[in-house]
Amino acid sequence: MLGRLRQMLIKEFLHVIRDKRARFFLFAPPVIQTLVFGYAATLEIKHVPVAIVDYDNSQVSRDLVSRFQASRYFEVRRLSDRREIPELIDRDEATMALQINSGFARDLGKGETAHLQVVVDASNSNTALVGLGYVNQVAQGFAREYRLKTLARQAPALAGGLPEIVVERRPWYNPDMSSQWFFVPGVIGNLVLVIVVTLTAFAVVREREIGTLEQIMVTPIRRVEFILGKTIPFFLIGLLDTALISAAGTLWFHVPLNGSFLVLGAGTVFFILCMLGVGLFISTVSATQQQAMVTSFFFIMPAVIFSGFGSPISSMPDILQRLTYLNPLRYYEVVLRSVYLKGGGFDLLWPQMAAMAAIALIMLTVSVLRFQKSLE
Amino acid sequence: MGADDFTIELDGLTKSFPDVRAVDRLSFKVARGEIFGLVGPDGAGKTTTMRMLAGVLAPDAGSARVAGYDMTRDPEGAKQHISYMPQRFGLYEELTVDENIRFYADLFGVARAERETRAAELLQAAGMVEFRSRLAGKLSGGMKQKLGLVCALVHTPEVILLDEPTNGVDPVSRRDFWRILYTLLDQGVTILTSTAYLDEAERCHRVALLHEGRMLFCDTPENLKGNLDGAVVSVVCAEPRPVKELISGMEGISTMMIVGDGLHLVVREPGRMIPELRARIAAAGLEVDSVEEVAPSIEDLFVEAVQKKKGEKP
Repeated sequence: MLGRLRQMLIKEFLHVIRDKRARFFLFAPPVIQTLVFGYAATLEIKHVPVAIVDYDNSQVSRDLVSRFQASRYFEVRRLSDRREIPELIDRDEATMALQINSGFARDLGKGETAHLQVVVDASNSNTALVGLGYVNQVAQGFAREYRLKTLARQAPALAGGLPEIVVERRPWYNPDMSSQWFFVPGVIGNLVLVIVVTLTAFAVVREREIGTLEQIMVTPIRRVEFILGKTIPFFLIGLLDTALISAAGTLWFHVPLNGSFLVLGAGTVFFILCMLGVGLFISTVSATQQQAMVTSFFFIMPAVIFSGFGSPISSMPDILQRLTYLNPLRYYEVVLRSVYLKGGGFDLLWPQMAAMAAIALIMLTVSVLRFQKSLE
Repeated sequence: MGADDFTIELDGLTKSFPDVRAVDRLSFKVARGEIFGLVGPDGAGKTTTMRMLAGVLAPDAGSARVAGYDMTRDPEGAKQHISYMPQRFGLYEELTVDENIRFYADLFGVARAERETRAAELLQAAGMVEFRSRLAGKLSGGMKQKLGLVCALVHTPEVILLDEPTNGVDPVSRRDFWRILYTLLDQGVTILTSTAYLDEAERCHRVALLHEGRMLFCDTPENLKGNLDGAVVSVVCAEPRPVKELISGMEGISTMMIVGDGLHLVVREPGRMIPELRARIAAAGLEVDSVEEVAPSIEDLFVEAVQKKKGEKP
């Protein structure tokens, strides 16, 4: 038994090392995804290009414009004519345009409401929303100071004594609110998913395609030996990838691993078992590697989107939120981020672990049964 | 002969798939040291029979004993003693010749020393000694099929099942292939092979003709050929249908069959019939390239056997 299993494993590793496609799936996704999510993907919005037309051209309006220029959130470009605005926005050279009409300073001086008109390219609704928030912040800050100055001139006794609320920020677990800290642990889940599912599905379908599956079945090998031979390599590869990306996250991106390696390892083992089940299942419904590829992506895309990896599950419609409970990646993402940033242990994370263990058990049972049938 | 002398015994073996009865109450026996051929067109049930005998497909009814094992009760026990080689043997292209052999040897639990001697012998016989460290994917088609045979024989099986093993293999490799098989027969191995080549069927001790899952005929190749009354005449033409209609009433033609390049006829007296046919076709103004006697192909024999069977029934 051990001789046969060992030979299956040797053969599988030789394949992964020598086959171009397998090698690609082994090395390309970790490198690309770690770089992309470590550097490029960020939820922060900075340097929003803004066009400003100032028809008032007063001391006050120039002060306001310089506030925008001083902010790191904006890249200001001054225009002399508002008719230039549509073209700038169409060409993506400006995301927002501010227009200060003449009479701005005069209205403020009279103690009346002054208007700052904002045009925003809302085709990217997220950027539009965040950008408007920033504009609001700058404008309100400016207005507040203007009021205080006016007050200091007209009623010096009151100045400095007005009631105010100041927000004291205490961001827990990620004090700089860095996107990297959010994404780098999360990307481990994505990678293990892509690598384990595709490699497992390919490994079985390829044997069917080249005829070795039938050939192996006429040898005295037992089904369990074959299935173990087809899953153990990818189990180990999944663990290795997790270790590598964890190391890169800690040493290169300086994301702290606050929890224990043991908890992370346990969560990873349960998750990989789920993915082996999915990979085997895909192999039983695909006749060719091409089909396996398409089916894999059919699974991978929704699994990632409905995991909370990027967009929060709490903002999804109710019915979709419920569906995410079937998604093993949802639990693994919680485990990853909790262990990394919050230092979560088994006492907190056992429900996620239990859910993944249950899904793994069901997926593996169904897949192995289906697989046995597909050999006929 | 005692019961032990038959290493393959089929009794009423039957297998249906959702849309077709692939093998229908098939019964025959193959003796130890015999090479037995299964002959028939695609869809005759050859591969299904082979797969049931190899223990990868369970029959619906009937029984099969291979190498003394009941294939419905203990297919796993029999596997150690059987070798099954499908049309394309499953090789790992990114493993070397040696690594492939080693893989299959280990699946059969062949001890290392035994594997070394056996592999050396077989590679020698296959003329592949100098390719041991080449990747299987870099071998020619014939070489691949020979490597498949080496892998299939490394565990010294008692019974070998070959499914059209030399289909599309170059003549030199085919010769090597058959030389290896004959050496094995001398050692008392039993071989069941399916083939579409008449020259290969002639190398078998006995052949069985399969048609739509049933056995039409089971005898020596000599008797199979003797079964054909007359000779085969080939009419080479682009439009065989009008020719077939034209000559369908003629006396002395027992079988007509449309083939790739025209029409094949089985006639009693080719010497008299060929000029007659030429004259009849010319008179009707139909165009043909040639009308000549050809060596009977397995297909001709087959069609003739099917026709005879139909004739016997009522």
